Formats: sequence, C-alpha cells, structure tokens
Amino acid sequence: MAKLIMSADDSASVRQMVAFTLKQNGYDVVEAVDGKDALNKLATQKVDMLLTDLNMPNMDGIGLIKGVRAGTLNKFIPIVMLTTESNDTKKAEGKAAGATGWIVKPFKPEQLIAVVKKVLG
Amino acid sequence: MEEAIATYREEAGELLAELETSLLDLEETPDDNELINRVFRAMHTIKGSGAMFGFDEIASFTHEVETVFDMVRNGKMIVTKRLLDLTLKSRDHITYLLSCPLGEEVDRSDGDEIIAGLRQLVPQIEMPQKGSSDVPVINLPPVSEEELANESTWRIRFRPATNILMCGTNPLSLVNELRDLGTAHVVAQFDEIPPLDSLVGENCYIYWDVILTTTRGEDAIKDVFIFVEDDCDIRIELIDKSGLIDKDQGYKKLGDILVERGDLSPVEMQKVLTLQKRFGELLVEQGIVSPEKVQSALVEQQHVKSVRKERSETPQVEAAASIRVPAERLDQLINLVGEMVTVQAHLSQVSMAGGDATFIAISEEVERLTNELRDTALNIRMLPIGSTFSKFKRLVRDLSSELGKEIEMETFGADTELDKTVIEKLNDPLVHIIRNSIDHGIEMPEARKAAGKTSRGTVYLGAEHSGDSVLVTIRDDGAGLDRDRIRAKAVERGLISATADVSDREIYAQIFAPGFSTAEKVTSVSGRGVGMDVVKRGIDGLRGTIGVDSVQGSGTTITLKIPLTLAIIDSLLVKIGKDHFVLPLAAVEECVELTREDIKNSHGRNLANVRGAIIPYIPLRQHFCITDQQPDIEQIVIADIHGTKVGFVVDHVVGEHQTVIKSLGKMYRDVKGVSGATILGDGTVALILDMGVLLQSVEES
Repeated sequence: MAKLIMSADDSASVRQMVAFTLKQNGYDVVEAVDGKDALNKLATQKVDMLLTDLNMPNMDGIGLIKGVRAGTLNKFIPIVMLTTESNDTKKAEGKAAGATGWIVKPFKPEQLIAVVKKVLG
Repeated sequence: MEEAIATYREEAGELLAELETSLLDLEETPDDNELINRVFRAMHTIKGSGAMFGFDEIASFTHEVETVFDMVRNGKMIVTKRLLDLTLKSRDHITYLLSCPLGEEVDRSDGDEIIAGLRQLVPQIEMPQKGSSDVPVINLPPVSEEELANESTWRIRFRPATNILMCGTNPLSLVNELRDLGTAHVVAQFDEIPPLDSLVGENCYIYWDVILTTTRGEDAIKDVFIFVEDDCDIRIELIDKSGLIDKDQGYKKLGDILVERGDLSPVEMQKVLTLQKRFGELLVEQGIVSPEKVQSALVEQQHVKSVRKERSETPQVEAAASIRVPAERLDQLINLVGEMVTVQAHLSQVSMAGGDATFIAISEEVERLTNELRDTALNIRMLPIGSTFSKFKRLVRDLSSELGKEIEMETFGADTELDKTVIEKLNDPLVHIIRNSIDHGIEMPEARKAAGKTSRGTVYLGAEHSGDSVLVTIRDDGAGLDRDRIRAKAVERGLISATADVSDREIYAQIFAPGFSTAEKVTSVSGRGVGMDVVKRGIDGLRGTIGVDSVQGSGTTITLKIPLTLAIIDSLLVKIGKDHFVLPLAAVEECVELTREDIKNSHGRNLANVRGAIIPYIPLRQHFCITDQQPDIEQIVIADIHGTKVGFVVDHVVGEHQTVIKSLGKMYRDVKGVSGATILGDGTVALILDMGVLLQSVEES
C-alpha cells in the first residue's frame, strides 16, 4: 500500500509541487493549508509522514510539530520541516519540538524524494 | 534519468551541427525545399525531446523559431539573408541553452533579441506567448557524489539520543542506510538497557557498532546521520584503507581494538593478559567488558581480516561479467568480418572450381567458421531495446498530463535485441509516432467515455523477433485514422488522384508524406505534419518498412519492421546481362517467370498477371540501359514495398546471398535506386538496389 504523506503549507504552489512530486514517486498525499487544519486532520487520520512549512497562518509549523508529538494517533511519525537557509534558529527550534529532519527551500524534486525515503526508512 | 539527459544533449548537439550545415547550404540555394524541411525537422526534434527532458527553455525558444520555418515551408515567407542570420544565431543560442545545467536560471537576453528579430520579419503573425514559469528556480548543492576514494574500512559507533524515537527517527533505518554503503557488520549493544521497572518504553537504550567497508568517503557516512548528528553520539574512525601498503593480512589484537575504542584501559588489558587464558573470555569472565562489546571487537577483527584477504587475492583488474569496448573497435571488427565473409566466398568458389577434395573440405571448414564468427561478431553489437522504451514512458506521462489526457503505457519485449546503431536511429521515429498517438490518436477522457471506452487510454509499445527482422509495434486504443479525411487531404495535395481505387493501407501510407497533416490546429506537441516524414526517413534509412492499420473508433497500429543489423544482410542475387545486382531479401516475396508471351499480352503496360492478380513491374534492363542480348524468358522478382506489390524484371535469379554492405563513394552516393554495393566471391562488384526508391522514381517519371 502506498504510504500516505501529509503536506502542510499555506502556499498553494508549494503544496502542488510537493504533491505532484510525491505522487509521481508512488506516495499518496493529503494536503493541509495551515497548522490548525493539519492538526485537525491528523487527529482523525493516520498518516505515515508529515511535511510541514514553518511559517504558516493560524498555527505555525513549530506549533504543529509540538501538537502532533503531544497527540496519540500520529505521535511517532517522521516530521520533516521545510525551512529557509537563513533560518538556523528555527531549525533548532523545530528539532527541539520534535521534527525528524528538514529540507532547505528551494529544493529540487529529487532532494525531496531523497529525504522522504530517508526518514520513511 | 541523468543518462537520458546526457543522451538528449548529445543528440541535440548532432542535430544542431546538421542544422548549421543545412542553413549554410540554404544560403547558396534559398529555394531548396529539402533543405528547408531539414531545418524544420531538426528544430522540431530538438523541441520535442527538449520538452520531454525538462529543457523547457529550449522547448519554448525552439518552438518560436520552428513556427517561422513552418511559414517558410508553407510558402508564406521566403528565405532571406536576415532570416538565416537570425536562425544561425538561434542555433548558437540553443547550444548555449543546452550547455546550461537543467533547472538553473539562463540568460534570456540573446533569445529575446532573436525572437524580437524574427517577429519583425513576420509582423503579421501572432507569436504564441512565451510560457512564463512561476515555479521558483532552485539552486542547491548537488546531492553528494560518490567519492572516488579508495575502499576504506570505518569503525562507527552510533549511540542515539534516548528520545530519538520521539523525533520520528527510526535508528534501524539509519543502520540500514549504512549497510547500503558497502559491506557492513553490525553489532547491537544492549548494556545500557535499564532494569524493567525503570525502563521507559518510548526511549531507545540500544546503540550500535558498525564496521563498514566502503568506497564512499567519510562524508557519505556523515550524511546518513545528517538529521541526528546534533543529538546523537556518533563516532566515525578510519581503521583500514586500501591505499595503505600493508601486505600484512592480519589485524590488531582484540585487546588493542578494545583499548582503541576506549572500552578497555591499557592497564586493565595488561592485568588480564597476565592470566593467560583466551583473552575475550577472560574479559567477560572478569566482568570488565560486556560480551556484546567483545563480540563487536571480534567482528571488527574478522571484518578487516577478510577485507584484507580479499584485497590481496583479487587481482588489480577485476574479472567482470562484462567489459566496455569503444564502439569504433566493434565497428572495425564487423568490417573485418565483412571482408572475411567476402574472401571466404571467393575461396569457396575457387575450391569448387578446382575440384580437389581436400581443398574443398578445408574451404567448407572455413565457411562454417566464418559463419559462426559473423554471427558472434554481429551479436556483440546487439543491445536490448528496453533502454529506449523506458525513455518513452516519461514522454507519455509528460505529454498526457500536458494535454489533459489519461494515458498509460504498456510495453513488451523490452529484452528484444537489436544492433546498437539501429536502436539509436529508432529513437527519433518512435518519439514522433508516440507523440502522434498521444496527440491525435487518444481522445480526451470525456470523449472516450462518450464512445463507451474507458477514460484511460493505452499506448502499447512492443518489440518481437520475426525472422531476420524485429517488429516494433506502436498501438493505441484511440480514435483511429480518419480514412476519408486523409484521402480528401491527399487528393487536395495531389498525392493520389480523386478517382483512384486505392487500398486502406495505401491511403494510410499518405500520412508519411512531408508536410501532410489533417490537424486543424498546430499544438506544441504535433500537427505540422513533420513528424511522420521524419519517421519515414528514419525507417527508410534503416531499410525497414512501415505498416499502418487502423480501425476508426478503436485505434491505430503502426508496425515497424527493422532489419536486425545494418552491416550484413540476406539478399537475392540476380543477374542482368553481365552485371550482378542484389535485392534485399526481406522485401522479396516470390520469383515468377516473365515470358515474351506475357509481355505481348500486356500491350506495353508493364503489368504481369500472377495467379490472377495484376502486378506492375519495372524492367530493370531498360531502367539501367543494359543493351546486350535479352533472354527469351526473364524473371520477375516480386517484392512488397510499403504494402504495394511490385515486380522487378531481371534476366536470371542466381540465388540467396550473404551481402556485406559497402557504402558507395562520394561520387555515387546520390545515385537514385542504389543503396550500396557488395563484393562477390569472384571479386566483382554488385550493386545493392533500393527497391523503394526505384519504385518511387518510376512512379514519378
């Protein structure tokens, strides 16, 4: 069965690109438009992995990561955050909150897939 | 994928070189339609394949230049010095675009200037909007490349943070990633697992010792731990290297390893050593070191010993299952085998004439060996066609999503083997056929549903052996060809006469005429009528044939029949007067007699009655102006050329012949109807006839 990955990002174009790349590589994708939306969906839907942007309205990525780790259904899933290069402090913050890894924006599809494969093991 | 991109760059480079020559020639003869077509086709192919591999910049730029040349081709514009200047500049610009790494920002200023110039030449036409990409351009360092470092052995201790599981990281998958780097021995260490009552289920207490032999450098190992290096204790140490001139196959003693790892102090080691038992057992017995740690050190010892042993045993050059040989060397081998076949034919002839039994026996032995040698040599160049197939899967996926169609591709016979040069030359024709299938053949999902079909269309690409040929089949379950429309268009263009009674196959064959298109609109994919012309030329160049079958409403099947190899062919040797000629056997169907009586009955119309069927024939004697005595009974060799049966009249049919193809010299290269020459056993030269071209030239005159 194809693994299900949630992509949480407020930018539709990034979501689109991520979804396209993942689907091309045989993953199923569920999308969320911000942290709150993602957390709501993750409360009831089991996924194999979460890809999240850090800067999002309503609830940011850090809040989302903390929320997921504090939850039950998806507590142990790998979480990869999409960050910008200049944002080292955010990266550390995300790691502390429980992120598994990160991808620096902008990235190429193959890099995204490499990271997804890596954290999904 | 990288390979495919490299191939595309190479191909485009060749096309550009060809383009330049054509443009320069066009300067001399601006009216030469063939040259204009050639320029156009080169552009078309560069554009098409460019889009397939993500060279969007090239695709959109070339599309504009192509559009202009389309007008030239259709007589809406004339070739001017300015146009040629701009097109030559375009060529340079495409070369530049090709050299740019994929996905990186390119300098568009030259391109924009050229396009502006071209637009000035044709102000009345509307240029399509340049596709603006809103996807941000991405620059990141390349994924770490395989380092060409020598094979080294590393000792890695990976002690994950106890809360690693809470971060969604599976430490085992990291250990498995290490395994993927090379030969690895892994020992898990359990000594930190607490008693059950104080154990927290979500924590990770295990750590791992890995002994890894790999050709990848330290960076590759570090990359494995990229997400966890800050929180986990990771030690990576180099313990053995192939570069070291260390002939000693042995390795450190167990105690030394443990001391090096810090699991044992030198003092403790000395103390235990004095007890003179097996060292590892002693350590465990004394409770100084845990059994797992000893085992881990023993594993390291074993690992390095075996790596060193292997290294000393394997010679420097590894005996591999396959070797790489430059293509030219193979070509040279094939050439020599060709010479050999010719000489052997001569030898057989001389030995038979001499009648000496011993001599004949030797000559037969030589013949047998030569045949084996020929088959083996030709086999060396055979490659499975599957490598080409995989490229087309991408093409189908990209094009179908671009056109909003749902199309899947099925392939079969990917392991069918064909001569390397043939496979290379098949690429362009296949691209065009598949694009046509996708663009014109398969309908939009709604239309398919309305016609009672599944919304998802299928393009089917297959290869199979058939005698000395390979059949490549491209089938789609689309709308099929519109016989009436093709006929109407062919009549309109004067390709067939309005009243002629022609078979479906002959009508479908019209789609291969240059510039033939029934499409109402030109899309970025196809519709200009170049594609199928490229297909025909490509397949003709391979001495192959094309068959088209189509059922309106349920799909089209295009079958390419390609000879297995280009160097040596089976053929029919015939004689007219004193001269020998060679007809490729693949197309020959049968040989019948042509008597004076028949000629008389046909009233000078060159038609023969073969078992009730009227077959037109070409008297080769007259065609080649051979004037010596004509025999009373001549022979007609009947051949199937693109679905049309035609006879070729010769004096005698000598028989089957293994023909080693020699290309003609520069002087004769353009002679119509002759595709090459071969040397016969007695040293005389026989011309290889190109039956398709002969037929065409007779039809034209």
